[in-house]
Amino acid sequence: MTLEPYDTLDCDVLVIGAGGAGMRAAIAAAEAGCSVAVVTKSLLGKAHTVMAEGGIAAGLANVDARDSWEVHFADTMLGGQLLNNWRMVELYAHEVIDRVYELERWGGLFDRTDDGRIMQRAFGAHSWKRLCHVGDRTGLELIRTLQDKLVHTPRAEVHMEYALTSLIKSGDRVCGAMGYRRSDGRFVAFRCGAVVLASGGWGRMYRETSNSWEGTGDGAAMAYEAGAELLDMEFVQFHPTGMVWPPGARGILVTEAVRGEGGLLYNAEGKRFMLEYDPVKKELSSRDVVARSIYEEVKAGRGTPHGGAYLDVRHLGAEQVRKKLPSMVEQFHALASVDITREPMEVGPTIHYTMGGVRVEAETGAATVPGLYAGGEVAGGLHGANRLGGNSLGDILVFGKRTGEAAAEYARTRGTKRHIDERLVAAEQAALLRPLDGSDDGASAGENPYKLHEELQAAMQDDAGIGRSEESLQRALAAILELRERSMRMHVGGGRPLNPGWHTCRDVTNMLTISESIVRSAIERRESRGSQWRFDHLEQDAELGTVNMVTRRDGATMRVERVPIDPLPDRLRPLLQRSRFYDAAKLPKGYLTAAAARAGAAS
Amino acid sequence: MDGLTGSAVTLRVLKGTPASGTQEVEYAVPMVTGMVVLDAIHYVQHNLDTDLACRWNCKAAKCTFPLVKDLVTDVSRNYEVNREIPPFTHAPDDTGPWRIQQVDIDRLYEYRRCIECFLCQDVCHVLRSHNYADRFYGPRFFVRVAGLEMHPKDVLDRTDQTREEGGLGYCNITKCCTEVCPEHIHITDNAIIPLKERVADRRWDPVRFIGRELLRRPASPAAEATPALPDPAKPPRNRGDWDEAALTNVDITELVKQQIRTRTRPWEK
Repeated sequence: MTLEPYDTLDCDVLVIGAGGAGMRAAIAAAEAGCSVAVVTKSLLGKAHTVMAEGGIAAGLANVDARDSWEVHFADTMLGGQLLNNWRMVELYAHEVIDRVYELERWGGLFDRTDDGRIMQRAFGAHSWKRLCHVGDRTGLELIRTLQDKLVHTPRAEVHMEYALTSLIKSGDRVCGAMGYRRSDGRFVAFRCGAVVLASGGWGRMYRETSNSWEGTGDGAAMAYEAGAELLDMEFVQFHPTGMVWPPGARGILVTEAVRGEGGLLYNAEGKRFMLEYDPVKKELSSRDVVARSIYEEVKAGRGTPHGGAYLDVRHLGAEQVRKKLPSMVEQFHALASVDITREPMEVGPTIHYTMGGVRVEAETGAATVPGLYAGGEVAGGLHGANRLGGNSLGDILVFGKRTGEAAAEYARTRGTKRHIDERLVAAEQAALLRPLDGSDDGASAGENPYKLHEELQAAMQDDAGIGRSEESLQRALAAILELRERSMRMHVGGGRPLNPGWHTCRDVTNMLTISESIVRSAIERRESRGSQWRFDHLEQDAELGTVNMVTRRDGATMRVERVPIDPLPDRLRPLLQRSRFYDAAKLPKGYLTAAAARAGAAS
Repeated sequence: MDGLTGSAVTLRVLKGTPASGTQEVEYAVPMVTGMVVLDAIHYVQHNLDTDLACRWNCKAAKCTFPLVKDLVTDVSRNYEVNREIPPFTHAPDDTGPWRIQQVDIDRLYEYRRCIECFLCQDVCHVLRSHNYADRFYGPRFFVRVAGLEMHPKDVLDRTDQTREEGGLGYCNITKCCTEVCPEHIHITDNAIIPLKERVADRRWDPVRFIGRELLRRPASPAAEATPALPDPAKPPRNRGDWDEAALTNVDITELVKQQIRTRTRPWEK
């Protein structure tokens, strides 16, 4: 295989992704004394983190004295239907409080209480008012704060508009990554002591998603190819409220803060249907429940003209709406010509977040391959079967810091031999160049990557979306395997500088890998739990409540296996009762109920 | 519900690179209800020309900086300018949790709304016509500086740097930046003019100037060497806590320069 010349860049810690998790990890690793390269395929400060609008959940108890890290822990575990890695949740609920104050010390703004402390708002399935926020732009505030901190951190360097496509291993250890510079298509390799994956989630294999173009699952796909295990991939979160009209705006997020501030959901008949689906939490039920309720209403013929539900804030008063939800006012005005202070919004479920991801060790974010770390949305385990709103911004701060520190430690102590095997580089170069080979006559010579992407989106949206069954999932799997076959023949015209068609080819390959993992895990989980809703298995299964689904690569074959969950230890178990929504009779079926049932049978 | 209107729109795109030259290419795109230009460009990429380069993240950012290829421009200078601006710095012994009033947050919130589309940098004639990129920060970064300067817990003073290195004086308030801001930030009125006022207050206030000259101590070497200043290593808790009396007989500019350059640039250590 011929080897094209390429640039080699050296650093101690390579951070892939420059959203909140990546930037926090880079700051931590640099402060630990390491040289750090932060690589993003987009521009700095444009990450998907800005889409998290509602706030950061943290048990500061500024607004409600009944709150604490323990209640936050309980809410998160119950929201995740007890599939969460409890150790991650414990660390998270503890440390997110410090991370919020740290962000403020770095210049981040938060809305204030009357006595000047950080204000907190109500959010779905959180027991008490818990979300630290600034208007409805908390994610942007977090990104800007970390961005300014990062560019003034010594030893950290940012590389923008680089696409990394594969991890490089030396023996069983990850010691770099390679890819290309998007501006001119030149190949690059980063040689390092440890890699932190902070590349976010994946929504772009679905048609209706709040994710921007970046959300193609590159990091998880690279980790999988490098032999790392993926966890809980079946759990894909539908945010209940995305825009449904006009077509170009379909899927764009309508923040949960709208309901947090008192917004109400109505069907086309003017009925406040959440009173029926969840009389306790109503509009602020967990996201899976609200999304399914809207879906049910639409299916029953009570949907709005464009297939959604009405979300109404008019009763709050125009002034309050403009003050607390300025972005939403602007968004509906600009994109849909709707004045939300005078008309209701039309909303429906949109793919928003992925709970699954790289399987990691709780304390360090270490993946199952040495030298590889993962933090933020690309990692699995914290959120279990369903993420609560407000837990993603906290996640990236807590585990961004932890993975950055752990990777720095590894790079210093164990990641000292850094060698790049040029045969691997040559093979990856050949794979990347394949769609560009031959004639320059564009799509006619092979498969158009955009068309494959659209077909994948159709298959995932229709057959592996909000409602699933064995039959639909098998159909989706067959479509993915067929698309995988055809993806070998992708072809695009043009050259290597800034060629979006060419970039899309690798995106499609990554999305096919991730989609296959989602579908295979969803098939294996024959129950409805959290975000997974199986029409053919409507109840929770106690047995399946004791396992996580783990995806691993076995040669060219993808395998999904059940891995037992480490049950909650005795010291943490009593904390569950601290949640306002704890109901002993309605605990998620799993290791707790199985133990209770066994005890009942024995007595 | 595909929203097709039955009509079509013609998109004319200037395509190419500086090296290869650019040419206008026409694409016919079916009209869809609520369509924006970005939707039309995506249609072209998917169906007509997979090689049409365009940068996008959300539906707000649109920029026309020096051309790289097709619709993609070079915005790298903006990231360099950001590094020049001293970051948020609180007093070392004031680490929170803080009490801040909502009015202070409301005032700062406008500056923090910026999504860095850099449209203001693009239309600014100081950058565009006069090519003063080497001596003028540009509207985006005056917004940034204003947000830092007015933060109630920030103890640095960036006024002189903004005047000297940032070239604040070159702005003659034509308000082009304000007009194009998709976030409706009142860049000129709420960021640039208040900064100009601070500069004027600092540099050109005749009372202060005379005060500085008249009250300057006799040139005794000892007094010059150890002025009665707050210790720059321990900046005061809030800017309001500066001992004004102690400051009247010193050159504030020198003090601030010293403070910014020697004491509080930890990222350069």
